[in-house]
Formats: sequence, C-alpha cells, structure tokens
Amino acid sequence: MGEIAVQFKHISMEFPGVLANDDITLDIRKGEVFALVGENGAGKSTLMNILYGINTPTNGEVFIRGKKVEHFDPGVAISLGVGMVHQHFMLVPSFTVAQNIVLSREPKKMGVFFDNKGAEKETEKLVKTYGLTVEPSAVVQEISVGLQQRVEILKTLYRGADILILDEPTAVLTPQETDELFAVIRKIVREHGMTVIIITHKLYEVMQISDRVGVMRKGKLVGVENTSDMDERKLASLMVGRPVLYENLDKEDDIGDEQIRVDDLVVGDNRGLVAVDGVSLSVRSGEILGIAAVEGNGQSELLEAITGMRKIESGSVTIRGRQINGMDPGAIRGIGLAHIPEDRISTGVCADASVSDNLLMGKERNPEFNTLGIAQNNAAIRKYASEIYEKFDIRGAGIDVNVGSMSGGNMQKVVVAREFSFDAPVLIISQPTRGVDVGAIEFIHEQIIQQRNEGAAILLSSADLDEVFRLSDRIITLYEGKVTGEFKASEITKEEIGYFMTGKRETEAAHE
Amino acid sequence: MNDFGLLFNTVFSTGLFNEMLRRATPVAIAAIGGALTQHAGIMNIGMDGMILMGAFFGVLGSSIFGSAWAGLGLAVLVGVLVGLFFGLFVVKFKSDEFIIGTALNTFAVGLTSFLSRSIFGTQGAKGYPSLPNVTIPGFDKVPVLGAILNGHSLFVYLTWLLVLLFYLYIYRTPQGFWLRASGEKPQTLRTAGIAPERMKWTASILCGVLCCIAGAHLSLGYLNGTFAEKMSNSRGYIAFACVIFAASNPAKAYLAALMFGFFDAIGLRLQAYISSDLTSIIPYAITIIMMTYVVVSTRKKREKIHRRADI
Repeated sequence: MGEIAVQFKHISMEFPGVLANDDITLDIRKGEVFALVGENGAGKSTLMNILYGINTPTNGEVFIRGKKVEHFDPGVAISLGVGMVHQHFMLVPSFTVAQNIVLSREPKKMGVFFDNKGAEKETEKLVKTYGLTVEPSAVVQEISVGLQQRVEILKTLYRGADILILDEPTAVLTPQETDELFAVIRKIVREHGMTVIIITHKLYEVMQISDRVGVMRKGKLVGVENTSDMDERKLASLMVGRPVLYENLDKEDDIGDEQIRVDDLVVGDNRGLVAVDGVSLSVRSGEILGIAAVEGNGQSELLEAITGMRKIESGSVTIRGRQINGMDPGAIRGIGLAHIPEDRISTGVCADASVSDNLLMGKERNPEFNTLGIAQNNAAIRKYASEIYEKFDIRGAGIDVNVGSMSGGNMQKVVVAREFSFDAPVLIISQPTRGVDVGAIEFIHEQIIQQRNEGAAILLSSADLDEVFRLSDRIITLYEGKVTGEFKASEITKEEIGYFMTGKRETEAAHE
Repeated sequence: MNDFGLLFNTVFSTGLFNEMLRRATPVAIAAIGGALTQHAGIMNIGMDGMILMGAFFGVLGSSIFGSAWAGLGLAVLVGVLVGLFFGLFVVKFKSDEFIIGTALNTFAVGLTSFLSRSIFGTQGAKGYPSLPNVTIPGFDKVPVLGAILNGHSLFVYLTWLLVLLFYLYIYRTPQGFWLRASGEKPQTLRTAGIAPERMKWTASILCGVLCCIAGAHLSLGYLNGTFAEKMSNSRGYIAFACVIFAASNPAKAYLAALMFGFFDAIGLRLQAYISSDLTSIIPYAITIIMMTYVVVSTRKKREKIHRRADI
C-alpha cells in the first residue's frame, strides 16, 4: 500500500550507559500521518533526531525514499526533504518571520547582500500555497506561540520538505490552536502529498489525527498498528507495558470550610507589568480548584504570590483565616501550606543535594531530626527518608544519590513526596506532572486525590487541560491576569473552556 | 567671569574635537571587533589584552623590517593567532569566556612587558617608523572642519570604512544573519544546517584581528612608533562598554567611542586646572552613566514589546 517514505532498518542508538533505541525497524509510508507515542525516555525523540541527522545511530541504516543516508547531518537531511518542528521552537526571536523562514537559504541581491524583500516575497508565496497565514514582516518575538509554530512549519516547507516531523506540537497550544494545526496537517497531507510524523503524549490526539501509530517503550518499538484498530486504553497499556487504570479516581464529597481566600489580588511580573489583575477566588477544604490558562496569563505569578514568593501589589490573600500579605514563604508554610512549584529543577529540589536531604527540607528543625538544634540526627533522618521513599514509590539508586541524577519523573516524585508528607491543610500545586511519564502521572494523580479526600484545600494549575479536568472539582479560566470564567468541572467541556482561555467572558459567550 | 570665559574657550576649541577623534579611534576599531563576538554570543572581556598584543607586535614588526606596514602586517598576523587562541578555548573547549578573557589580558601584559624589556630595554620602544598621517592639501583652510578632520593618522579615516563594512556585514549579508543567530539562538542555526561554531570562530578571529589593528594604530599611528608597557590602558574595557551601549551595532559603537573620546579630551584639557587624578576618572564615570542608560532603556524596550504583544 503506497510508496515508502522512510525506512529504519535495525536502528540502535547508544548513549553512554543508555540504549536509547534498540534494534528498531520501521517503515513510514508516503502521504500518511504517522503518530509515534511512548513514555518519556522511550526513545521517540532520539529516533526522530536520527532521521533529522542530529544523531548518528550506533547501528543500522536509514533510507529516505529508498536512498540510503550515508552521512547524518541536518543539512543532508534537509536536502533529502526532511523537515522537523522541534518541541522548543527553533526561531531567532529578534528576526522577522521572513528572515527566520529563509535562514541558511537566503535570497541574495548583488551576490552578497541579504534580499529582505525577496525573503518576504518567498514567504508570501508559501502563505498562498499552503494557506498558513502569517505576516512576513512581523518580528517573531512579538507573535503568538501558535503563529510561531506556523512559521516553523513554513520554514520546513521553504526548504522543500515533504517529510515533516512534529515533536509534541500541541504541548503549547490552546484547544482551538490545536484544531487549527490539525486542519493544516490534514491539508498538507491531502493536497500536497506530505508525509507527517507526529510525536505526542496525548493519546486522544493520536486517535484524532493519525493513520497509523507506533508505540515505543524503553527504546524498543513494541507495536505498529492502524489507528482505526486502536483505542486510547489499548495504546496506554502498550506504552506502559501493563494495563493503566485511567479513570475512576475516587472523589469523596465532603467539602468543608474556606481555607484559601484571594481578594482582588494584583501582582506584577518580572518586568514590573501587571500579571495578575484583580483576581478573587476561594477554595474550601476537600475540594480542588483548577486553573485553566494558556501559559503566560498570570497563573504562575498568582501561585507565587499566594506562596509568598512574589510581592503582592494590592488586594489580599488569606490562608486559613490569616492574611499573609508581606509574609515570607517560610512563615506562610508555618500556617499550614505546602507547595509543589512549577519548575522542579530551579525551585522544587536542590539538584546537588541527596534525595534524603531533599525529602527532609522544611522539617530539619523538628526536634526528632536533631540534637538540641545543633547536630543533625542522621539515623532518624535516614529512617524517615527511607520510609517516604518507599511510600511514594520513588525509583532510583536509593536515598543517598544526588537528586540531579534522577529522571524527571522520579525527581517530581521527590517533590510530591516531600510536600505531601507535611499533611498540610492547604496545597498549592503547579504543573504536577509536566514531563512525567504515564505510570508516574497515574500515581501522582492518586496522591493528589487522596490529599483532597483527606480534607486538603487544593489550588491546582497545569498546562495540561486533561489534567485540570481530571482532578478539579471547580475550574476557573485566566486570561491576561483576569478571571474570565468559573465552572463546575462536570458541567463544561474542554472545547467550551478554550473560548474562556482566549479571553471571552462568560457573559459574552452567553450571547452567542 | 572672564576667567571662566577663557577656560571655556580653551577647553571647547576645535582642538578638543580633533583630540576627540584621535582618542576615539583605537577604542572604536576594537569595539567593531567586540561587536562581532558579542553578536556571536561571546562575552569578550579579553579585548584589552588583544589591543596590547597588537600594539607591541606592531612596533616590533616596524623595528625589525623598518616599515610601519610590516608592523601592521605582523599585528594582523598576531591578531589571527590571538583570535584562534581565544576561539580554541571559548568555542572549541567551551571554557568560561570571562576566565579566558581575563587570562588573555594578564598574559598579554606579562608577555609584552617581558619581550619589550628583553628587546627594547627598560626604556621601551620609541621612534620606529610610524603609519602616515593624511593631510589633504587645502582642506586645512576650511574653517572648523579642516582643523578637526584634517591631518590625522591613516586609521582615523580607515575606521569609517571599517564601520561601514562591518555594519553591512552584520545587518545586510546572509553571513551576518548567521552570526547573529549563532549568538541569539545557536540551536536554530544548527538545525538550519549551519554550525554555529563556524560563526563563533569567524567572530573570534575577526575580533582578534581588529583589536590588534587597534593596537597597531595605537603604537604606530597614535603614538608614532612607540611602545610602552600596559599602553592599552583599559581601552579594551572601554571598547567593551561601547559594544554593550551600542547593542553591538558598529555604527552606534563608533558614536559611543566618540563620546568617550570627547570626555577623555575634556579631561586632558582640564588637567591644567584640576588634579589629573580627578580628570582621569571621567571616562569611567561615563561608563557607569552609559551602563545605567542601557539598563533603563532595555527595560523600556521590553515593556514596549510586551505592550505591542498585548494588542
């Protein structure tokens, strides 16, 4: 059925101490949308980086349209028609759209000079051909993430790509932008005969967009199927290697007193501009309030203000009846607040300290862990750390290794374990499972729900809408620092909430 | 009042602006080189050492071959070597550029002082063939402009050409776009099929050459064939400040260098009235004011971008 666009033959890729790709043989057909799924570290990106010439495989061969790749180099891959849109965009922020698109293949005038008009004309031509609208003279750092992604796709098309690799393209998009992207993918496949390989975590997207799907686990390709023969549950089991119970989080309905109260809060961002603009909210014990917002709309600053990490400009935050304005993070924790920060590496852990030190942090002054407040009691600390390590199913080389050497998922478990072991009545949770694999996500979600059922008041922010929906009792949407809507999680869909995340208010939506 | 008028006239004469141009040139040439490394994402704190090397080897070449042109040639050659040395550590071995730059400065002081004493003796080098001055006949009759612009050493004029040339290179050629991409987002350039290291090497070598030309101009043009120990006299750091102030734009860096030259020249003139220890503070005080301006203006610019993104 159809021609073969890309052939991987017995590809192995070994990094020092890790076999990232283990004897992979795979055909990608011309004109199909092929989804590549797998947990973090399963080797998807490694395999695609081989195709794009960034990695040179230890073993095996790659054929592009029947032609063997002799030399692995992005320049060679590009000339063979391979284009890749990376997860983190490869755009120069201070250049215009057109200048980014033609980079490395610039039109010239008088033999030596960059032809800016020519570049803009080329861009216009691409825009017309593929129906991907962008403004050629706009500066990249001033346009939205969704548009930046279009620029990335146009860039590959300008270089003549007909095999397009998209690495987690929807991670930064709103549901509407995702729909638009998928429409574009369908269009370029149908009308221009492109071959698209899409790497993703999100299984419903696999079902939505792909013709075939390949599942990777621990460096091996464990299955290639027609998407129509699969469903999300089967895919999840293949990815993890065991059945995943993806539903039925037991939520008990026992909502108590108000624990978090935010009134008309105004907070600035790092540049001194208003990031949180008059937000009010309230969370009671035994419930989870989820924040749905596209990144950069004030959710990070809101949570930092509540946890004392950012200055409150005006308004007030009350935790368990005490106003915390002007208090430092340590004092706020003293009232009974624990916090999983959004960036585990910079604020969640001390990467150069051991697992046991990281698990202890915040409790080191407790009498049981020291003698007269001077010498630490190592035996007690080790015992405590080992218990927590077991309880939270952290998998690594024990409690004595540096946290920095652990995988992202286990590092996150260390943060979750430490914070949840305070048994705090108030929990502020940000991006609990960012970059964490399916198995660990399941575990962390269960832990969050358990805290809720035990009576914690939880404020949750996540870039993953599915996660917000799965965990929350109520959801608020934030747009440009303002609350644009508040809903019961059971009474709204992801598509509907997307409108509020892009700035529509409840009242406006009601008119439509 | 009369005294003040006299003072004013002595300080603000055409001679002041002549002196400004003279003093700005070595800083400006080095700043063009610094703009290149800065665009390539390299914080080049080693320019002072590079200038010093150029100054010494310029005089050495002039003394050996009896020609300032040979001196300039030797300085350029040394510039290539210094650029390769800098690139080897910063680009190839990815060492800390601040440490390497500082090491280069210290090394240059030691090497040139040692060689100067062994070859020229403790007095230093004096009176070797120097680069020509350019006097356009009749131009000195033009009021004001003639007195300011005429009769300078060759590189005062060649610098204008260098500024234009490198301005075009950075902002108007594909290679210039690669250079800027290599500093701002190296991975982007790599995935476009061009190794960012290639542009970083180019910038390092060109910067070495330009700084050594600045040094050769200093010893062979500015001071007529003279080498004295540590004669770069922090010009490399001033050049670095110009680069930052100008956001790595060679044309703006030239203007910044002129400003330094201006205050430097004022300081020199005021020495007749005020302690020279005080007047020698002026260039550094200006640096601090400039850097404050940079911080404030970048903050404003970011806010502007943010506001535009809101719309």
